[in-house]
Amino acid sequence: MSAVATNPAAPHAELLRIEGISKRFVKPVDLAGRIANLLGAKNRESVVHAVDSVDLTVAEGEVVGLVGESGCGKSTLGRVIAGIHEASEGRVFWRGQDIAEMDGPARQVFTLGAQMIFQDPMSSLNPRIRAGEIVGEAPRVHGLMNGAAQDEYVAGLFRQVGLDPTYRRRFPHQFSGGQRARIGIARALAVQPKLLVCDESVAALDVSIQAQVLNLFMDLREALGLAYVFISHDLGVVRHIADRIFIMYLGRVIESGRSADIFRDPQHPYTRALLDNVPRLDARKRSFSTVKGEIPSPLNPPTGCHFHPRCGLAGPRCSRETPKKIVEGDGRMVACHLADGGVG
Amino acid sequence: MSSPVLVVDNLATHFFTRDGVVKSVDGISFNVMPGEVLGLVGESGSGKSVTGFSIMGLIDPPGKIVSGSIRLNGEELVGRDDASMRKVRGKSLAMIFQDPMMTLNPVLRIDTQMMEAVQAHEAVSDKAARARSAAALAMVGIPAPEERLSAYPHQFSGGMRQRVAIAIALLHRPALIIADEPTTALDVTIQSQILSEVQRLCAESGTALVWITHDLAVVAGLADRVAVMYAGRIAEQGRVDDVLDRPLHPYTHGLIGSVPGAHLEGTRLHQIRGSTPSLGQLPPGCAFEPRCDRAGPACSTMPVISQASDGRAYRCFNPVPQQGVTA
Ligand SMILES: Nc1ncnc2c1ncn2[C@@H]1O[C@H](COP(=O)(O)OP(=O)(O)OP(=O)(O)O)[C@@H](O)[C@H]1O
Ligand SMILES: Nc1ncnc2c1ncn2[C@@H]1O[C@H](COP(=O)(O)OP(=O)(O)OP(=O)(O)O)[C@@H](O)[C@H]1O
Ligand code: SF4
Ligand SMILES: [Mg+2]
Ligand SMILES: [Mg+2]
Repeated sequence: MSAVATNPAAPHAELLRIEGISKRFVKPVDLAGRIANLLGAKNRESVVHAVDSVDLTVAEGEVVGLVGESGCGKSTLGRVIAGIHEASEGRVFWRGQDIAEMDGPARQVFTLGAQMIFQDPMSSLNPRIRAGEIVGEAPRVHGLMNGAAQDEYVAGLFRQVGLDPTYRRRFPHQFSGGQRARIGIARALAVQPKLLVCDESVAALDVSIQAQVLNLFMDLREALGLAYVFISHDLGVVRHIADRIFIMYLGRVIESGRSADIFRDPQHPYTRALLDNVPRLDARKRSFSTVKGEIPSPLNPPTGCHFHPRCGLAGPRCSRETPKKIVEGDGRMVACHLADGGVG
Repeated sequence: MSSPVLVVDNLATHFFTRDGVVKSVDGISFNVMPGEVLGLVGESGSGKSVTGFSIMGLIDPPGKIVSGSIRLNGEELVGRDDASMRKVRGKSLAMIFQDPMMTLNPVLRIDTQMMEAVQAHEAVSDKAARARSAAALAMVGIPAPEERLSAYPHQFSGGMRQRVAIAIALLHRPALIIADEPTTALDVTIQSQILSEVQRLCAESGTALVWITHDLAVVAGLADRVAVMYAGRIAEQGRVDDVLDRPLHPYTHGLIGSVPGAHLEGTRLHQIRGSTPSLGQLPPGCAFEPRCDRAGPACSTMPVISQASDGRAYRCFNPVPQQGVTA
C-alpha cells in the first residue's frame, strides 16, 4: 500500500488555467555601466520579457509539455505555474478559482497542490540533511501527519519512487544521480500534490536511468491521477510523455496543440525547424538542415514575429506586426502570419 | 583499400588513486579510416573522454596508459615525450571539447590565439597567419571574420565560441579530430548548424573524426561506424545501421530501447535495471552481467571479443539473436 492517498480525478476537469501571463525581470545597470554613467553615458536598466502573454490550461491527470531553446522562458513560466514567481500580468486559476482572490486556506491548497521538481537534484537537496528528513519535512511542517506516523509515511514514499526505505538515513551524496532524482520526486509527492512542474528533471541523467525515471513519472500519473507540466529542451522526451505541447520562442508560445498533431503536422516555421533539426535514431548519415542565425537576445528581441530574422518564409508583415494567436480545431494554436492571411 | 589513420590496439588506461586502481579504459581496440566518422557512445563514466585524452597524449598522473598501442598514420604515439606529442597535437591530431574554453584563453584576443596556433607548426609571417585565421573563421560560418578576429572569447555566444574552437582544430587540416561532446551544451538549432559545418568540413578536407557523445541519435545522424562503451570496454562496434538496427550486445539493445521518442508515445520505455557501475568494484566477468537479462553462468568470466559476419566486434556470451545475420 502506498502512503499517499489516490484520488482518481474526473477526466478532463480543468485543474489549472493561466490567462495572459507575462513575467518581466528588470536587469539593473551593472557596475561598469554605472561608472560610465558618471562620465555621462546613458545606460539604463533593461527589462527582460521572460514570458509574454501566455495562455495555457492543464486538465486533471494531463501531461503538458513545454519546449523551446535556452532562454525562451520555460523555467520562468513553470515557476509562475507552480506559484513560485508572481506574474507581472495575467491571472492564474486553480480549479476555476483566481489565486489572487483566494483566502489563506484556499491559497494553501494551491501552494501544496502544485509542486516543482528542479533540474539539478544535487543542488536542490541540502547535503547535510538525511534523505528521510528531506522528504518528511514539508508534510510535517504543514501538519499533514503527526510525528509518530511520519516514519511510516516517508518509508511509503520511498517505496513509491522505487527507493529502498532503509536508505532514509543516508545523506544526498551517498546516492547516485538517478536515486537523487527519485528523492526530489518523493519530496514533491510528500505534500500530496495534484500537479508536478518538472523542470528538466531528467536532463542530467544517463539514458538508461532517464528511462527509469520517465517510467516512474508515468506510473505515478496512473496511480495518483497526477497532472504534469513537463519542461524539457529534449523533444524526444516531451514527445514520449506529453499529451499536449506548448512550443516557446523568446517568451511567447508560438504553437500549441495535441502532441501527436504537432509531431505529425507542425504548422509554425519554428516548430518545423525544430523538428527537422532534432537528431533521431532513425535518421542516418543525414544532412543537417539548418535554421540560420543565432537565437536573439531576450533583452532585445526582434520586432513583430520574434522568429522573423531566422525564418525562411518571412515577409514584410513579419517584422512589423506581432502574429495573432490563431486557434484552430482540436485546441491547436499557431501564432504565425502564414496562418492568418499571409506574410505580405 | 587505404590504411587506417588511427589504430588503437588493446589500449588500457588506469588511474592509480588512493582508493584503488580505476580501470577507466581496459582493453579497447578500434580503427578509423581516412575521412571516416566513428561515433564513440556510452553513458557517463564509461571511459569515452579518457579514451580521447589517451589518444591526445593528455593523461596525467595518477593516470597512466598501462598497455596497448595507439598508431596515427602508422606512427606509435604511446610512450612519446611531451615535446614530441606537442608536435603532433594541433598539427595532425586535434581535439574539440564540450567546453570551448578548454581550447580558448579568456584573456587573449581571438587573433592572438589563432595566429599563435598557426605559427606553432608553420613558419609564416604575421600577415599570412592572420589571413589564415580569418579564412578559418569564415569557413566555420562566422560572419565578418576580419572584425571578429579582434574580439575576446566572452564577446561570443556559446555556439560561436564552439565554432572558433573548431576553426582552430581545423587550421592545419589534421588527419584526425577527436570531438568530445562538442554540441552537448548547445541548443538544437545551434547544434544542427555545428554538425552540418563539421560534416561539410571533414568531407572537404578528408579529416577523420572520432565523435564522442552520450547521444545515440547524434551518432545515427553523423557517424559511419559506432563503438558502444560500457565500463571501460567496447561492448559492441560496427557500422551504424548494423548496431542500431540489429544490436548484438544486450547493453546496446537496452540502451536503444531507453531512448524516448523512438517508440510509441505513452508506452513504457524499456529500462535497464540497476544503475551504472562503479569502476572501482567491477565484477570479474562481463561488467554488464548484474544488469543483464540474458546473463548466464558463463558471464561471470570475461567475454573475449567475437566477430560477427557483418564485421561487427562484440564482447558477449549470449548476444541478442539476429534475423538473417549469423553472429
Ligand atoms: N530571476 C531572474 N532575473 C533576471 N532575469 C531572469 C531571471 N530568471 C530568468 N531571467 C531571464 O528570463 C529569460 C527566460 O529565462 P528562463 O530561465 O525562463 O529560460 P528557459 O527557457 O528556462 O531557459 P533554459 O533552457 O536555459 O533553462 C532569460 O533571458 C533569463 O535570462
Ligand atoms: N583523473 C582521474 N582520476 C581518477 N579517476 C578518473 C580520472 N579521470 C577519469 N577518471 C575515471 O575514469 C572513468 C571514465 O571517465 P571518463 O571521463 O572517460 O567518462 P566519460 O565516458 O567521458 O563520461 P561522461 O559522459 O560523464 O563525460 C570515470 O569513472 C572517472 O571517474
Ligand atoms: S510569422 Fe513570419 S517570420 Fe514568423 S514564423 Fe510565421 S512566416 Fe516566419
Ligand atoms: Mg530553464
Ligand atoms: Mg566525458
